[in-house]
Amino acid sequence: MTSAAPTTESVRPTSGLGNRARKARKALSNPWASTLAVVIAVIWTVPTVGLLVTSFRPELDIRTSGWWTVFGSALQGEGVFSLQNYETALFGSSTNMIDFFVNSFVVTLPAVFIPITIALLAAYGFAWIDFKGRDVLFIAVFALQIVPIQITLVPLLSAYVSLGINGTFWTIWLSHSIFALPLAIFLLHNFMKEVPRSLVEAARVDGAGHVKIFFTVMMPLLTPAIAAFGIFQFLWVWNDLLVALVMGDLRTFPLTVRIAELAGSRGGDWHVLSAGAFISMVVPVIVFLALQRYFVRGMLAGAVKG
Amino acid sequence: MRIQKFGGRRRAIALAGVASTALVLGACADTNDGSGGDGGNAEAFEIDCSAYDEFGDLDGTTVNLYTTIVEPESESQQASYKPFEDCTGVTVAYEGSREMEAQLPVRVQAGNPPDIAILPQPGLLNTLVTEYDAVLPAPSQVEANVDEFWSEDWKAYGTVDGTFYAAPLGSNVKSFVWYSPSMFADAGYEIPQTWDDLLALTATIAEGNEGAARPWCAGVESGDATGWPATDWIEDAVLRSAGPDVYDQWYTHEIPFNDPQIIDAFDMVDEILRNPDYVNGGLGGVDSIATASWTDAGYPILTGDCWMHRAANFYATQWPEGTEVGPDGDVYAFYLPALSTDEKPTLVAGEFIAAFTDRPEVQAFQTYLSSSDWANAKAVATPNGGWVSANNGLDLDNLASDFDKLSGEILADPATIARFDGSDLMPAAVGTDSFWSGMTEWFASGESTQKVVDGIEKSWP
Amino acid sequence: MDWLLHAGDDPVHKLLLMVFAIGLFVALMAVILFVVDRPRNPSRWFVGFGFTGIALLLLLAGLVYPAVRTIWTSFLFRNSGDFVGLDNYVRAFTEPKFLIVLGNTALWVLVAPIVATFLGLVYAYLVDRSRFEKFAKGLVFLPMAISMVGASIIWKFVYEFKPQGVDQTGLLNQFMVWIGGEPQQWLLHRPLNTFLIMVVFVWIQTGFAMTLLSASIKAIPTDIVEAARLDGLSGFGMFWRITIPSIRPALVVVLTTIAMTTLKTFDIVRTMTAGQFDTSIVALEFYDQGFRQNDAGMAAALAVLLFVIVVPVVVYNVRQQRKVEEIR
Repeated sequence: MTSAAPTTESVRPTSGLGNRARKARKALSNPWASTLAVVIAVIWTVPTVGLLVTSFRPELDIRTSGWWTVFGSALQGEGVFSLQNYETALFGSSTNMIDFFVNSFVVTLPAVFIPITIALLAAYGFAWIDFKGRDVLFIAVFALQIVPIQITLVPLLSAYVSLGINGTFWTIWLSHSIFALPLAIFLLHNFMKEVPRSLVEAARVDGAGHVKIFFTVMMPLLTPAIAAFGIFQFLWVWNDLLVALVMGDLRTFPLTVRIAELAGSRGGDWHVLSAGAFISMVVPVIVFLALQRYFVRGMLAGAVKG
Repeated sequence: MRIQKFGGRRRAIALAGVASTALVLGACADTNDGSGGDGGNAEAFEIDCSAYDEFGDLDGTTVNLYTTIVEPESESQQASYKPFEDCTGVTVAYEGSREMEAQLPVRVQAGNPPDIAILPQPGLLNTLVTEYDAVLPAPSQVEANVDEFWSEDWKAYGTVDGTFYAAPLGSNVKSFVWYSPSMFADAGYEIPQTWDDLLALTATIAEGNEGAARPWCAGVESGDATGWPATDWIEDAVLRSAGPDVYDQWYTHEIPFNDPQIIDAFDMVDEILRNPDYVNGGLGGVDSIATASWTDAGYPILTGDCWMHRAANFYATQWPEGTEVGPDGDVYAFYLPALSTDEKPTLVAGEFIAAFTDRPEVQAFQTYLSSSDWANAKAVATPNGGWVSANNGLDLDNLASDFDKLSGEILADPATIARFDGSDLMPAAVGTDSFWSGMTEWFASGESTQKVVDGIEKSWP
Repeated sequence: MDWLLHAGDDPVHKLLLMVFAIGLFVALMAVILFVVDRPRNPSRWFVGFGFTGIALLLLLAGLVYPAVRTIWTSFLFRNSGDFVGLDNYVRAFTEPKFLIVLGNTALWVLVAPIVATFLGLVYAYLVDRSRFEKFAKGLVFLPMAISMVGASIIWKFVYEFKPQGVDQTGLLNQFMVWIGGEPQQWLLHRPLNTFLIMVVFVWIQTGFAMTLLSASIKAIPTDIVEAARLDGLSGFGMFWRITIPSIRPALVVVLTTIAMTTLKTFDIVRTMTAGQFDTSIVALEFYDQGFRQNDAGMAAALAVLLFVIVVPVVVYNVRQQRKVEEIR
């Protein structure tokens, strides 16, 4: 999705990335730039830190003083931290937290893998197969991004009920897959378009069909893009509450359903919620860190060798 | 208002370290989960199983229940089903979600309803019956129970267009003012007996305002139900200034929402809640009522910044962990006085049981929930208190706390003229929308009363 | 059969079911691709459908059909089948409440995507190839890992108000006190409150923009950068003259995606103010009408309005796409 500079001279990203090192560390050499970066980083981090500190504070403290006061109090040796909120969030339920984690995994993995695979194929179709009506179809798919999930709930659930599969993991996987497609196809299509035509032509000259080109040319080049979109889809599914509630049942409910309950029937118990939010965040952050190395290289980093 | 209004208390989630620990642990020593304090000794409660013989052999069947009641309150709910489950061998599959009110119509429309739902307010029943034609009329056994244990009024709330659908479950008493007994005693204040007493007391307290302290504190923020606590204030005022008959005409729209009698009631509330000398103890100015969370709005009483907080009986369960609720405790409540001592108008609310299927086990469970057996089992299963029912088969001695007994007595008192929360009975466009937002604006931007009531009247469908 | 449908409470069973589902899906895909690859000289249409078919079928059943149904419902009265023509739309454009909602939505879609994309771009550029790059990006990415509701709760407490003289629990008001000002009821100040709520959205979406744009920045061919450097460009000049033009297509994609998300997002406003104090937006009204007022007709009309608002975005995208294609 990068490539040419359309407004200036037309340059193709076919040349090597070469001496990247020379460019390294250029940005932060400027003190103003460094300051700006730090300011953004701080603003983006402080609220989360506040929540983290809060999650370790007793209920009454949370309501009577700001979370930043703990640092002063802690220095004076006062016991200001407590694990009570985590205890409640983890063990306050009659249902084991592990069950919710398992459900979250079982829901999320296929709900990431399946739509990305389908979207990759579709994106390839729209980007590289010149069939009739593809532009219209692609615009339609793209526009479908705006359909609010809520309007699909009743028709989809009705269909699942008449098929007799309501309340199973299948309906959740299927629903997530459908909802992910418009954006997945749109983004992956943009990445695919950026693959230099010469690479595809070369493969075609060698006698490769579309299926072979898809696997041998596209897939290696798109690894960073897939990793990037994969992490987003992972997050959206992992944090989803709506689909889980509507399509699932007691035996499929993921972590978010449990976390939402932590606020209590009347929504006042957010001190427990703060702990729950962090428990739920752990996995996505690990996934991000694990996948980061794939996409910091740049979306088409592999293209250079072609 | 549609926010959940039932008993139980999160104190249970965090039992360790509280004085009640020993008691609770003792009570549930022989239960197998040991995780929840609530619901400990429900198994000890025995019921007459023969009442369910007529439904045939139900052993091994399952009833799906859908409700807004989540943990920790759900534990005492589930514990109260134990006697029935033991009798019949039925399993109650309990699903609690705070999104239930939005999700239930979706499931109903998709042909995937639960067997039974606990509706937190009659307005939802009305919607489900009139818009989706989804609720089944109550079976005869349930109706017989309700005729025996509940008043005509309560039965009427579960009735739509002459058909009786939903038996009441728990009840709430809303006309309470929370205060600190020790603060009152130290200052030499008496519990006000009439509305004028209340105003006089308020004025007296206000003379001693210091810093952020004020006689009253209030908060109406409640997520997407923001505004409902203020509608309770108005309803209580209408009941007092105009009387129950006008109240009935008001929520049925026989008189318009901007009727002068309703404006009078607004003025009564205005005199207290929009007077910067009287509010908002420990929370800010008048506009802070719009943004203060209702769950915490009474807390300034604990710090001495606020003297009085009008809130329902279930506020007993909202106090922070370790707060003692009782006549000699940290906080207690008195009945919101009427214009004179001769009358005792009381605002009440409650939840209702709607059934979407009619299998024998479902009907048997419905019958159980409408019985006095359930009410007593629930009272016993709620050792931390915060729950009461207007079911007249409820033995008040089974209630856990002095305060619950006080609520129970008010409900059972023949002198009490009870009226159901009006916003729950008005059409949704008013009762869960314009009334709420109108009240919120009334505090937030100091909108004139006339403009607010005119706006609400205009939104009446 | 039942084994395949209901996993019950057994975690092992659930995991096995998951593996089975993925296996089944892979097998299905393999069959389709095998068939597509089979003919010697397949028609383009055949291959095209082979690649896009599953996606199109799923979208047709899962999104297009409900969308069409919604358009029809928008002409009906509440949940009944009674046709009322454009009544719901007339309401949406005449009731003062809805006019505020439309105005706010316009504000949101104009401001939020641009700010989020801009900040994401600047940050991605600044930390690019610095020593702390991974860590720095992780920090800005973090809000993405929190659900929208969770993020809103965090910010609600940043804006929390306590009167003067009482300890502040909200960070923003504590700042006001520290610099000698008075604590403010932030969420009551209109129209400031709408922007303060947007901050939450921007806070979340900047991580999205940063991730994608950073990847694009890295893909700018080094020779372009080198050439520019030889021409004496650096710092801001480099950013403005080289980086932005080079990643223009990516910027359009990111802006579009965030704009679409902006229009659909209602959890943030719902959690922060529930639409009170003139902060509501179309998506929240849609949710409110559909799921709290149970007015299916009105909710459908609002959903259709969202489609309409998005048309210019789609058109803009298509034109950008064409431009890029001409150059290729």
